[in-house]
Amino acid sequence: MEILLALMVGILYGTGIYMMLRRSMVKLILGIILLGNGANLLIFLLGRITKGAPPIIGSDAKVFVEAFADPVPQALILTAIVISFGLQSFAIVLVKRAHTVVRTDDLDEMNATDEDS
Amino acid sequence: MNEQLILYPLFLQMAISIILMFGWARIKFQKVFSVFGSIVSLGLAIILFSYIWNNGTQTIQAGNWEAPFGITFVADMLSVTLVLLTAISGLAVSIFSGASVLKDRLRFGYFPIFHFLLLGLNGAFLTGDIFNLYVWFEIIIISSFVLITIGGEKAQLEGAVKYFTLNILASMIFLTAIAVLYGITGSLNMADLAGQIAEVENRGLVQITALLFLIGFGIKAGVFPLYFWLPASYHTPPFAVSAIFGGLLTKVGVYALIRVFTLIFVDDPFLNNIIMIIAILTLISGGIGALVQNNMRKVFSYLIICHIGYMIAGLGMFTEMAIAGAIFYLIHDIIVKTNLFMISGVVYRIKGTNSMRDLGGIYAKWPKISLLLFIPLFSLVGIPPLSGFWPKINLIKAGFTNESYITVGAIIFASFITLVIIAKMWAEVFWKEDKELPLRSNFGYFSKMTSAKRMQFVVPVALLSIVSLYIGFGAEHIQELSARIADELVNSQGYIDAVLKSKN
Repeated sequence: MEILLALMVGILYGTGIYMMLRRSMVKLILGIILLGNGANLLIFLLGRITKGAPPIIGSDAKVFVEAFADPVPQALILTAIVISFGLQSFAIVLVKRAHTVVRTDDLDEMNATDEDS
Repeated sequence: MNEQLILYPLFLQMAISIILMFGWARIKFQKVFSVFGSIVSLGLAIILFSYIWNNGTQTIQAGNWEAPFGITFVADMLSVTLVLLTAISGLAVSIFSGASVLKDRLRFGYFPIFHFLLLGLNGAFLTGDIFNLYVWFEIIIISSFVLITIGGEKAQLEGAVKYFTLNILASMIFLTAIAVLYGITGSLNMADLAGQIAEVENRGLVQITALLFLIGFGIKAGVFPLYFWLPASYHTPPFAVSAIFGGLLTKVGVYALIRVFTLIFVDDPFLNNIIMIIAILTLISGGIGALVQNNMRKVFSYLIICHIGYMIAGLGMFTEMAIAGAIFYLIHDIIVKTNLFMISGVVYRIKGTNSMRDLGGIYAKWPKISLLLFIPLFSLVGIPPLSGFWPKINLIKAGFTNESYITVGAIIFASFITLVIIAKMWAEVFWKEDKELPLRSNFGYFSKMTSAKRMQFVVPVALLSIVSLYIGFGAEHIQELSARIADELVNSQGYIDAVLKSKN
């Protein structure tokens, strides 16, 4: 399971970075989304995967007696998902707006900011 | 009870934004209330500052969950100093925004978002939890995205795409670093991490995590190979937005670097060497970049990068004196850089352009204002006794004691280049003979404004100039303050004890 997830994280990071390096703005957004998902999975993976042991203390005990799944990574992922959702929706609107104004999808043609003025 | 004082700056900024949202369409109300709220938050920041100055580091645990399990907020000297500086710049920019930002932009919620940005900044300075820091960073960047795109001009949107992409990438790298850090230690509380990281046996993994943090924060701070988004975007938004960005946003990256590399990843020669090399290259490349620019705001953007180098150099040398120099520079830089972008706004209003080639003759027409603008420009250079001079003494002294002569050379080189650039700017913009520019219709020239509106441009610049002068002439106080902060940072046990052994 860990190996599979590790491969998955690697693929997501790799494709995400690759997409961000393309010249198209749409691919840029796809890259951001993939990278965000990769980061979320990485938190999940590095928080150690414990199967079938919810972090609930039984009624007959005061502390955990056995290994339990760490709830913190899931809280972190949830936060990160919500944040990246917001950012991604902003990105889509921004890119759409930029496309209407600049009339291009090619990032290499976006050089008005480098002009000497 | 007094512990809650730490959270008041956050609550206040949030309350201001929410109240401003209720007056969405009423711009006059927003202008007045924003200034009023900024004054209150300045008062609060002063109270917090003096409280921490007298009583030492204070902490509060959110929801009363004991550290290291809950989210901790920590107010040590560095945090409260930065909160105070945020409040000062916030007040100045809030006054400046009222007059300089166009009505069409104000109508789209400029002021509420502006206060959300300040909320994020205060939160980032006060938190003691690394994941919480990430969340504050996100609040900062989402607010800054809105501020940078508000108005939607062509250059603005293009700058925003670049700004947006690199900042998102930085956040992702930061998040990755947090994931690895949590994987190797199982903790997120920065004070707790300090102890845990020291015990990890796999030093290679620790160094890789540290490098991830360095890259993530480095993009935000604008250090050498990672700064290209900054000069591509900072000259596009309204001047007030540039001012708050230039003054505070990159400095949050520097703050995070200082915090993480003095508390968690402490004094690793390998990392310190990398930080030093980055600092030297940042100083040189930022300076040379600024030399060839023609747009005033672009010059200032490159100077931001150049001067980030001083702070990073201080961090890299990692002696108490060097860090004191870095902190002193940070204090001076926040005030001056905010002021510089407002100056470019004033110049733009006077002549209708920011191109140094076309400008000229401002001194002949507006001598009083020129003299006012003289103060921050030459504070930046650091002609003694103005404020930029004193931190460099610390840094150069520390460089000689560390025998890192290349750093000393780079610092002197960067100061010299800054002097050349500012002298050139002074000659081109203020002294050169006036060129008749074609008058722009529909443009609110400074000469056509009522004196009340002019005051809205002049008062914030004057306010920050007075603070700059105080930093320069009252250097002894600031030196004492930065020495104390440096002492707290280098001997981080006090911080750790304050967080982990707090009563509640």
